[in-house]
Amino acid sequence: MEKTNMNSRNEAPNFPRGTKLLGKWNRNVYHILKPLGRGATGIVYLADSKHGKVALKIGHNSMSITSEVNVLKHFEKVQGQILGPSFIDTDDCIVSGQKHPFYVMEYLQGVSVFDHLKEHGNEWAPVFMVQLLGDLSRLHRAGWVFGDLKPENLLITGPPYRVRWIDVGGTTIKGRAIKEYTEFYDRGYWGMGDRKADEQYDLFAAGMIFIHLIEKRRFEKGKDGKQTLMTCLERNEQLRPYRHWLKKIVNGAFQDAEAARTDLMKFIAKREDRHRKVDQPPRQNRRNKVRKKAQKQPALVGIIDLVLVIAFLLITSVLYLVGQMI
Amino acid sequence: MSNGTLKQILLLTDGCSNDGGDPAAIAALAREENVTVNVIGVLEEGSLNEEAYEEIEKIATAGGGISQVVYMKQLAKTVQMVTRQAMTQTLQGVVNKELSQILGREQEWDDLSPEKRGEVMEVVDDLGERVDFEVVILVDASASMRNKLRTVQEALVDLSISMDSRGGSNYYTLLTFPGKRNDTDIIKGWTSGITGLSGLFDKISVGGITPTGPAIQAAIQQFQSRKRRSMISYGEDEYELEERGS
Repeated sequence: MEKTNMNSRNEAPNFPRGTKLLGKWNRNVYHILKPLGRGATGIVYLADSKHGKVALKIGHNSMSITSEVNVLKHFEKVQGQILGPSFIDTDDCIVSGQKHPFYVMEYLQGVSVFDHLKEHGNEWAPVFMVQLLGDLSRLHRAGWVFGDLKPENLLITGPPYRVRWIDVGGTTIKGRAIKEYTEFYDRGYWGMGDRKADEQYDLFAAGMIFIHLIEKRRFEKGKDGKQTLMTCLERNEQLRPYRHWLKKIVNGAFQDAEAARTDLMKFIAKREDRHRKVDQPPRQNRRNKVRKKAQKQPALVGIIDLVLVIAFLLITSVLYLVGQMI
Repeated sequence: MSNGTLKQILLLTDGCSNDGGDPAAIAALAREENVTVNVIGVLEEGSLNEEAYEEIEKIATAGGGISQVVYMKQLAKTVQMVTRQAMTQTLQGVVNKELSQILGREQEWDDLSPEKRGEVMEVVDDLGERVDFEVVILVDASASMRNKLRTVQEALVDLSISMDSRGGSNYYTLLTFPGKRNDTDIIKGWTSGITGLSGLFDKISVGGITPTGPAIQAAIQQFQSRKRRSMISYGEDEYELEERGS
């Protein structure tokens, strides 16, 4: 067997714009436009093809490329639902004497979750969570677990805004061991469970994504992972309203994604309610209204003044005219 | 194909062996015994030793395994990835052999169409989940490794979390080198499961020389002694006895 050098992350080839790739088996032609991003197993390029613009992932390790293609094909079988990008083609190409395995998928246009929140506000975070949990529920019912769930693997498309999966390489058959993971979102790293692919593994990662989206940073587990996590939930003002839900999801207390979704919906509804009933009448908003009135008054006074002046001038001129006529 | 057993030596070192000859030569011997040698080079941030780098790569190449040089922080994840990938690679080799036997000619992975590759990969994935796994963890405890051992231990616990999440069985044994009297000390005899690995490094005495080659030799012998013992008392019983003893 050939030795696989794992230091070869940079070995996935850097193709300049305009590079032409010819598939060895299926004879399809692709023109590289620009790199879209790089992952652990290769580089994703935007490319032009007979299908229009596509995303083309090129790697150095034929095994992992093949693995990902298998997953993408399985995703297609999750019927009637668009979960990941759809699969288009897979092939080998030879560029300057070197063989590279690659695959082609639908090009999804959008922005990162963080960019979206920056522009549209954090209130989108729970919305995307609800969408994500819905997708997870469908995936789980088909017998799969996503595995390497993290913000980098999500994209916001639209409007209408919708969270989509872009890198499905870590997807694993339920009951097997997780293939790929990222420490911050990994239940094993935090000492809160194993790496068996079950619903709760994905749910843990989803909970950590929510924390990351609001906290805006990743942090280390410290001495006691669970303790560090719980402290974070209590400390962050914006997380506190969701802390009961978050505790449940990271502790694996939800039976499935659907249960987590329904529960989150309840929390969001409760919060909206509280905004309406409790927050509005007391001080803050009333003070706002008073301030608004105070702002309105000077304008009103100005108008009255103007009317008075005009009336005065009119009367004076009428009196003057009457005086002249006599 | 039956479940079968995969054998690996996982060597954690900072390179620079200085006793007992070329470690790559002994790694080549391991390969002949169907034992894959994977090497993880543990370096401190900022230090880059060309010689150490080369040695690490050479051992893995000779031992049919994978090598990776990492800094302390990424160690846990790397140990997991290397072990996993080496496992897949070995299995793929096995499947490849079966393939060319079935097809009766030298048909290898790269000659397969992407479609066929996909099918083979499913088999490999499936095997990776079910295969039994034996690994000798060989930790360099020479003086220069002293302050890295805690991280190494964390990484090993992390590895066992991943491995124990599979369907197949796992057996580990932990050796350090140099040993007090011999080339290696057995810190933990063959054991299955996660509990066996934590808290072990407290007992390790850190020594001066780095006999990497003889240490690999000792690791190979571990597989042989395990086989011998399995023949006498087969199955799980043996491990239970061992655990009660220690």
